[in-house]
Amino acid sequence: MDSYRLGEFHTFQGGGRQYLYLVPSGAIFALDNLSSAIINRLTEGECGKEELVSHLTGQGFTKSDSEEAIEELSQARAIAAGNGFDEEIQRAPMPFPLQTLVLNVTNQCNLSCQYCYEFGEDRLANPEGKTRFMSEETARAAVDFLLAHSPGRRAVHLTFFGGETLLNFKVVRSTIEYARESARASGKYIDFSLTTNATLLTPEKIEYLAENRVGVTISIDGPKELNDKLRVFSNGQGSYEMIIPKIKELLARHRSRPIAARVTLTSQVADVKRIYRHLKDEIGFHEVGFAPVTTSPVRLYAIGTNGLNDILAQFTELAYEYLDYALRDEDHGFSNVSDTLQELHAGVSKAHPCGAGLGLLGVSPAGELSPCHRFVDSDAHKLGSIFTGLDRSKQSDFLERGHISRKPECHTCWARPVCSGGCYHEAYVRYGDTGQANLHYCDWIRGWTHLCLQIYGEIAARNPKFLDRFDERKAI
Amino acid sequence: MKHLKAINRKARRVEEYIAAQYGDVFALQQGGGPQQPPQPPRPHYPMGCSLVFSPGWEVDATGGTAGLCQPVERDLYDCYISCFWPAQVPDHLNNYPDWTSKCASAVKDWRNIDLVFP
Repeated sequence: MDSYRLGEFHTFQGGGRQYLYLVPSGAIFALDNLSSAIINRLTEGECGKEELVSHLTGQGFTKSDSEEAIEELSQARAIAAGNGFDEEIQRAPMPFPLQTLVLNVTNQCNLSCQYCYEFGEDRLANPEGKTRFMSEETARAAVDFLLAHSPGRRAVHLTFFGGETLLNFKVVRSTIEYARESARASGKYIDFSLTTNATLLTPEKIEYLAENRVGVTISIDGPKELNDKLRVFSNGQGSYEMIIPKIKELLARHRSRPIAARVTLTSQVADVKRIYRHLKDEIGFHEVGFAPVTTSPVRLYAIGTNGLNDILAQFTELAYEYLDYALRDEDHGFSNVSDTLQELHAGVSKAHPCGAGLGLLGVSPAGELSPCHRFVDSDAHKLGSIFTGLDRSKQSDFLERGHISRKPECHTCWARPVCSGGCYHEAYVRYGDTGQANLHYCDWIRGWTHLCLQIYGEIAARNPKFLDRFDERKAI
Repeated sequence: MKHLKAINRKARRVEEYIAAQYGDVFALQQGGGPQQPPQPPRPHYPMGCSLVFSPGWEVDATGGTAGLCQPVERDLYDCYISCFWPAQVPDHLNNYPDWTSKCASAVKDWRNIDLVFP
């Protein structure tokens, strides 16, 4: 008879319960005292079934209950006997239906943020001599491409991006109208979002975005002295004073979709709590999300390990504030938590870190395709064009290199169901290879995922109905 | 599962998978009699297109119809709305959404449910 040993999982506590986060399935189970005793015993080492049962009966559990619990843990693959479960990780079915296109309607920008991945020192794009503004014809062809390559999907999504998106608002507008009609004709639902630096918002544009339920994300880095450190015009002048009245007007008028702030954290701008309080409480954003800057480690604004630890500590405080809100059935705007809880609730288990090159593609102003908006206008990452079609061999090369099975460093990590090696673009900037795991933030990802699992466990124990809203959020 | 509680959506899927792989068939099992080992009570949902479980048709515990959980006329709705019994009734989704509009109470008003002539 084979011995039992532990399967692959991560344990965490929350609300007085013990939980298992199973790897690689991403399933979360709460343990009772008996199953917990089995896990504790096997943590000490392998053990045959008879010995295990007698250990449990010695603790006061009945024989039949013990055998039943061993069976359940084994069926759920939390414990294993014999060779265990070495199964090959599935490949995505190809051709994979598109869900989202990101249209870079221009590669021009009126700001000169130093850290920008499109214009900064670590840029991949080589836009010289290329189309600078997407034409209406190209945008329409992109819509047709999206609708034609999304078989089986009821809902598709179009995101407008830049450069500064609103520099080409005319095309945004005409594309939305065209896309809505085309989607209706092909029996699909389409929705829209855009990202902007807010400098070019006007009452008319705000009115249009609100009426058309366009999701808006504003890039802003916090209060004036923080935002203006790096988010500047080409003459060095900060952008804060110019954008705040426009953002307030947008927030007052546009109520049909939550308006999100997107903050880039750098070595100079890392006061997370202060930035959050300012953007959420003083300015009135519905959601605030933070992302550390993508950069090679030598830049002055790059965040080192200590900086990341400090950010995690601040994230932790805000995440517990989120928990307090959730226990009172209230929304909190710290979207890093809600995004992670969403994934944990679904139990995602990613073979690829994100949908880039799979269900999502970026489109350059000239109509060239790339894995996502961060690779637009980079010749090395071109995946064909909306006019000549997706280059399947390049796509498959990109996806194959990014597949979790090709990242041996990840194979012993319990956080791989949610991380899968992390952002392709970050990996390329750091290591020159989109398929490399982002080893510089492994500890950070594990720390963050563990924290969010604890928050999830607390909510599941103390206010489980709050989690229903994660069922609804991506219902389409 | 008794000792593990599925918390997130994936865990519920794992649970369903396990039930399908290792679970028993409960359709016509009785059990619980003096000569048989007791079986834990489990819900039994018939396979098919039914979305609701509507007990109490046919006969009551005495073999009559007086003590049914639901009136026999209620079966009409189970054909019409929930697709429970494969009887030929007008379809409520596309062609006859108002077929039972004059029948507020199945027991009293069932005569108002008329034939249709497509």
